[in-house]
Amino acid sequence: MLGDGILKGLAETAKNFAGSFVSKERMTTVEYPEERLPLPEAARNFPFLVYDGDDWEKGLRCVACQICEKECPPKCIYIEKSKDKKPDYVGKPQIYPAKFDIDISVCMSCQICVEVCPFEAIKMNTEFELATDDRFGGLLLDRKQLARSNEYYHEIHPTEASEVDARLAEEKAKVEAKAKAAAEAAAAKAAAAPSANTPASAAVAKPQAPVEAKPATAGKAAEIAKAPAMATAASEPKPVPGTGTDGPAPLTAEDQKNAETPAKANAREPKAQGEPKE
Amino acid sequence: MKSVEEIKAAIETAVPGAAVTVIPNPAPNAQHSLLIGAQHGVAVAEFLRDNEELALDYLSNVTGVDYLDKEIPEKVKVTRQVSKTVDGVEQTVDEMVEETRKRVEPGYLEAVYHLFSVAKKHGPVIIRMRTANRTDQVELPSLTPVWRGAEFQEREIFDLFGIVFTGHPDLRRILMWDEFKDHPMRRDYVEPDDFEYEPTAHDEVLKRAQEHKAKVAAGEAVQ
Amino acid sequence: MSSFGIKNEKLAGWNRPPVFESDGEGELLEVAMGPHHPSTHGVFRMDVVLDGERVIKLKPVFGYLHRNHEQLGQTQSYLANMPYTDRLDYFCSLTNNWAYALAVEKLVGQEVPERAEYLRVILAELTRVQNHASTIGFLLQEMGASGTPLMYAFREREKILDLFESLTGSRMMCNYMRFGGCRVDASPAWIEATRKVVAGLPAFVDEFERFLMTNEILMARCQGIGVLRPDLAVNSGISGPMLRASGVNYDIRKVDHYGIYDRFKFRVPLGDHGDIYDRYMVRMLEMRESISILNQALKDLPAGPVMDPKAKIRNFRPKAGESYGRIEAPKGELGFYLISDGSPNPYRYRVRPPSFINLTVLEDMCLGSNVADVVLIFGSVDIVLGEVDR
Repeated sequence: MLGDGILKGLAETAKNFAGSFVSKERMTTVEYPEERLPLPEAARNFPFLVYDGDDWEKGLRCVACQICEKECPPKCIYIEKSKDKKPDYVGKPQIYPAKFDIDISVCMSCQICVEVCPFEAIKMNTEFELATDDRFGGLLLDRKQLARSNEYYHEIHPTEASEVDARLAEEKAKVEAKAKAAAEAAAAKAAAAPSANTPASAAVAKPQAPVEAKPATAGKAAEIAKAPAMATAASEPKPVPGTGTDGPAPLTAEDQKNAETPAKANAREPKAQGEPKE
Repeated sequence: MKSVEEIKAAIETAVPGAAVTVIPNPAPNAQHSLLIGAQHGVAVAEFLRDNEELALDYLSNVTGVDYLDKEIPEKVKVTRQVSKTVDGVEQTVDEMVEETRKRVEPGYLEAVYHLFSVAKKHGPVIIRMRTANRTDQVELPSLTPVWRGAEFQEREIFDLFGIVFTGHPDLRRILMWDEFKDHPMRRDYVEPDDFEYEPTAHDEVLKRAQEHKAKVAAGEAVQ
Repeated sequence: MSSFGIKNEKLAGWNRPPVFESDGEGELLEVAMGPHHPSTHGVFRMDVVLDGERVIKLKPVFGYLHRNHEQLGQTQSYLANMPYTDRLDYFCSLTNNWAYALAVEKLVGQEVPERAEYLRVILAELTRVQNHASTIGFLLQEMGASGTPLMYAFREREKILDLFESLTGSRMMCNYMRFGGCRVDASPAWIEATRKVVAGLPAFVDEFERFLMTNEILMARCQGIGVLRPDLAVNSGISGPMLRASGVNYDIRKVDHYGIYDRFKFRVPLGDHGDIYDRYMVRMLEMRESISILNQALKDLPAGPVMDPKAKIRNFRPKAGESYGRIEAPKGELGFYLISDGSPNPYRYRVRPPSFINLTVLEDMCLGSNVADVVLIFGSVDIVLGEVDR
């Protein structure tokens, strides 16, 4: 029959219209500012910087390694390294960002910076009401505006934040254990040194060095491990340096690599003009 | 499906005089390609399409690649006259000297065609054609008469790389506007200094914006 | 400015569009449809020459959204390209991710863990369902069914986008796949939610079919309009639902068996007239097949890691070589062609955009039809301008 399609269609529309008053399934819209949908945990908008403790400036996890700056696809991150150092979450003196700006008018919320950050320092925020009447300055967030506490991170991404915390705690425990071991080793050395100021002291110190060096994750730890050892040993005859498998040296080198290679990798200089094949 | 060597042999018997070179691909996927001499391009393409065993009736992807001129440093031994004091007397002696010279290998533009067969469901067979250089001899035969799928893609290559496809029915710029001069996908392409920069608070964009403003003030660039 | 500067028009022997001549009565009218025409799905222009209402010439004009995506891809690392692929066909960012990841994996010989393969299939099929649903919605919108069918399609799409958001963090710019797996694992709650959405999909497809398949207006406007011959379709490199609507059995999921598609049982819907109605029906049936793949994949989803532990995130430098990876994206064959010279950036990065190449035959399909049908024929091609212009 001509027109039964229209009748069928109108019946369906009427059903949905009436249904929207009773069924949540059919009522798919919400009246935004008054009513809000809950954001999923994985939601992401723009990055923020995580800090531990109460003081945002002291607690920033970022060590200004600039990996995110180099990897950022639209190049919206701008970092200036500090001249001095401040202790990080395990107490190791680290460089911190003197300037950390993100231009969120450029940022495309891709999360690459979060993925490449080796220090769990940058995470994705879920805030989305960021409109401003200032076209340039208002959308350029500096490190104070970017800093958010770890508690806030827990609030918006609870699962992810707990995982991160567990990972950091583990690392910290390792570092502490290492520092303790190093301190003990130094103490033992200090005890051994005056009694036998002979090559024997080298023999005592030697086997301990490789043990210190083993876990690669202790990259950041190694230097601190070294620091107390040096301090306690300062008054004593110099402990045997560089036994080849000496702890700190190779690890800091790796740290360096971590920070430096992407920089080189992403440099926007004219590429090798070679032919890829052959 | 036949291997690239077999295809090469088949082409050489079917199209006499066609220069076919196998270009090996060191990647694990081993998608080797065939470099075809440009003057036999259309004949080879027709053979590949119409051969019953190959039946490469589906041209999937056409793209250009730009290889810049390459400077290859070479060590050459040359004899040179050197004045030397031998036994207290100054003499001119021939001496072998090693010299580093730079040989310039001209760059070229390349068109890469990925062929598949819908009838036999195999592929890809990759064929390439190269231009003589990057500046004045940039012509390649168009394969659009053989596979219509190349129509827009060859236009795109003409637009972005500057390869001129002879025999293409409608060779115009496709993505850039008609008055545009350069070829933006070439590796030595420099962005023209003619658009309005939106200065961000720092970084190179700001620097460029300032440079641009200075140029405009000096009358060297357009606003 | 006119773009009819056609050279070499008398070229013999190629599959060119037939030449339509004016019947000599009245004047020819040249119309620029677009770039701001609501039916052009973005900024796209068709320069049309009309003889009365009959189209006798049509030239598509591209480039309004051109941003030199490929050159951009060559100036940054392989990983940094991944979020940019989202922005090609912004309806189907996950299939774009997959195609790019596949090409890079082929380049370096990277294996992908089982669970990640399953997740990729699930996400790709969800993408296909939402893309086809909204394409049909837009087609009906262009037919004059203002609003309602499109909103029904979008209501369904919304559910799928919610799934994407809760897994990847973003509704459309997902940036989810990586070379050697996926970025994050799916939680059991997500799998459960997906099951629920997938269970609700057949009802939606049924509803659509019930109202549309035999609708007089739809049949009158679609059947026999915009016919594409199979031989021309193959010769022109057409792919996806458009190729299959012309009756050519070519589905890359079946041909290449990329990922783990050989494990699933599904059929390839084919049309036999190659008109708009067939294109619409093929999409409808493909949604059903996608739902069947989704059910199988959700049933078999294994446990395990989603990322190959050997895969590198930072300092990714493939050895010299090249690769062409392609997948069956909702719009057709989406391929990525990469040449590496051993540096962290690709030496050549090329996207084979299905929407762009499917427009090759737009003129052939439109010639001789009424100008009102051009909108429909164009809508049945299913393009996204982000991919056409790159």
